[in-house]
Amino acid sequence: MSARIAGFGATALAALALLALVPRLGNAYYLALAISLLQYTVLATAWGMFSGPTRYVSLATTAFFGVGAYTVAVLGEILPWPLVLLTAAALGAIVAGIVGLSTLRLSGVYFVIFTFGLTELIRQLVVWFEVNKSRVLGRYVFVDITQADIYWQLLALTAAVFLLGWLIARSRLGFALRVIGEDETVAKHCGINTTFAKVALFTISATVMTLVGAIMAPRWTYIEPSIAFNSMISFQVLIMALLGGAHRLWGPVLGAVPLTLLFELLSARFPNTFTIILGCIFLLIVYMLPRGVAGLFEKLSTTAGGKARQRANA
Amino acid sequence: MTNAILTGLMLGGMYALIAMGLTLQYGVARIMNLSYGEFLIAAAFASHWLFTGWAISPFVGLALVVPLAFVLNFAIYKLLLTPLVRRAPNRDALEVDSILATFGLTFVIQGLMLALFGGAYYSYSFLAFPVQFLGETVAANRLAALGITILLGLALYAALTRTRAGTAVRAVAVDPFAAQLVAINVPQASALTFALGGALVAAAGVLVSTFLTFSASSGVVFTMKALIVVVMGGVGNMLGCLVAGLALGLSEALVASYVDPGLTLAVNFALFLAVLLVKPAGLFGRATR
Repeated sequence: MSARIAGFGATALAALALLALVPRLGNAYYLALAISLLQYTVLATAWGMFSGPTRYVSLATTAFFGVGAYTVAVLGEILPWPLVLLTAAALGAIVAGIVGLSTLRLSGVYFVIFTFGLTELIRQLVVWFEVNKSRVLGRYVFVDITQADIYWQLLALTAAVFLLGWLIARSRLGFALRVIGEDETVAKHCGINTTFAKVALFTISATVMTLVGAIMAPRWTYIEPSIAFNSMISFQVLIMALLGGAHRLWGPVLGAVPLTLLFELLSARFPNTFTIILGCIFLLIVYMLPRGVAGLFEKLSTTAGGKARQRANA
Repeated sequence: MTNAILTGLMLGGMYALIAMGLTLQYGVARIMNLSYGEFLIAAAFASHWLFTGWAISPFVGLALVVPLAFVLNFAIYKLLLTPLVRRAPNRDALEVDSILATFGLTFVIQGLMLALFGGAYYSYSFLAFPVQFLGETVAANRLAALGITILLGLALYAALTRTRAGTAVRAVAVDPFAAQLVAINVPQASALTFALGGALVAAAGVLVSTFLTFSASSGVVFTMKALIVVVMGGVGNMLGCLVAGLALGLSEALVASYVDPGLTLAVNFALFLAVLLVKPAGLFGRATR
């Protein structure tokens, strides 16, 4: 087993080293595309980390992404970059903690409703604060971060997310979450502190999303609440994670990569009907692939394995 | 002060009307409909189109739009949602599936409306003159909308408590499994209730369009407020809907006139959380466990 892990780790490191060379290609379009791919990979994986095992649908990806982006807009010129990222992560964790503590103790529906409105709520609060207190609406981001820097930061975050997800899945927390996903009442009776487990993982996943927002912020030079809190991101991340299959750590990537490319193509070709197409793709996935591509692979491998076993018995 | 309270009550009546349809859809048909607000905006656009294009008064428009919405929602339940109901092993799974499916539907409808009407804000002038009411000046269209809201609410309440079909609907809300034992056709009742909820939200959309400006993307806000009212009042409870709607409207109007109009959503959520922390099943809901 440990040899397998070592082999897997070596492959992952090699892949990481190869991916780190992408900015060296010197092609701005490919770099921008690679940034989008990484952005959605991290977001979808972070979404799946919480919503996959617990089956709580979170619609608040944008809220955290926006908190990160807006933190950079406010603090980007005041603090050194690592501190800005730390502050953003801390803010995201605090917001997630508050939301989690107040809604995750209750049933899943309240959580969905709250996350559904969270983006709008935070945007309204930010607008209110900017209009009344700081008296600026819309800020310029002048930080010394190049596209390649964004890419490398995202790549590091991607690696960190997968490592974290792998560690969590092997820990007591990961096991507790799987039990909660199967049956929350049983989990409680086994002595699992369900609220703690849910809030902890929600906070971790939200912190990652906030960091993505913060890292991506320098891509725009001008940020206002309607740009930072664009609800399309929540929707796209949700589709990607569902297509891939959120119940596996590696599932969301399988959705994020093809769909990012597809959306890139579609939004350029059909800017006016893009939302409709997006909705139809989403409906197709919900109806045709309820367990995602990962679920499809599992089904194929189990039926193939079953047939092989049958043949061996005969 | 009286003015703020009166505004709040009218706003609250509107929220109660908006939420009545959702409490039927979620409480009886067990469909958590995230595309609810889009249907409201669609009806508002229909009313706008009838009024500006054909000079048809919204009150007449109501008689056209509401039956159409009923048929449309019935079809949506039969075609889109019945497969999910069949597939779901239990109520929680159906909830997740219906959330996802209607979330996707939200974007389809919103995209259609954006393609048809663009992103601009729409409004039209209907009964837009001031009248004296309880010593305060209010707009006639708001007052008319409130009157129709009250009539619709009373009719619905009577239908649910006084008729045989209404009793069947309430039985399904309490226990869909046991309802089958007393020869209630649960799938049929669910479909009809879902359609009725859709008809109610269409009525709300027509009424709202007479006094509010709306755009293709403002459905989300209505969905959110309806959800908050439904959960706060207790799922499937008409009286809870009314009380929670009024509470929401009042708090919003008071905050808007005394604190800051930019903080209404924050107040909504604060109220929502406060109620849930004290009574997790909502104001009039029964605890399930």
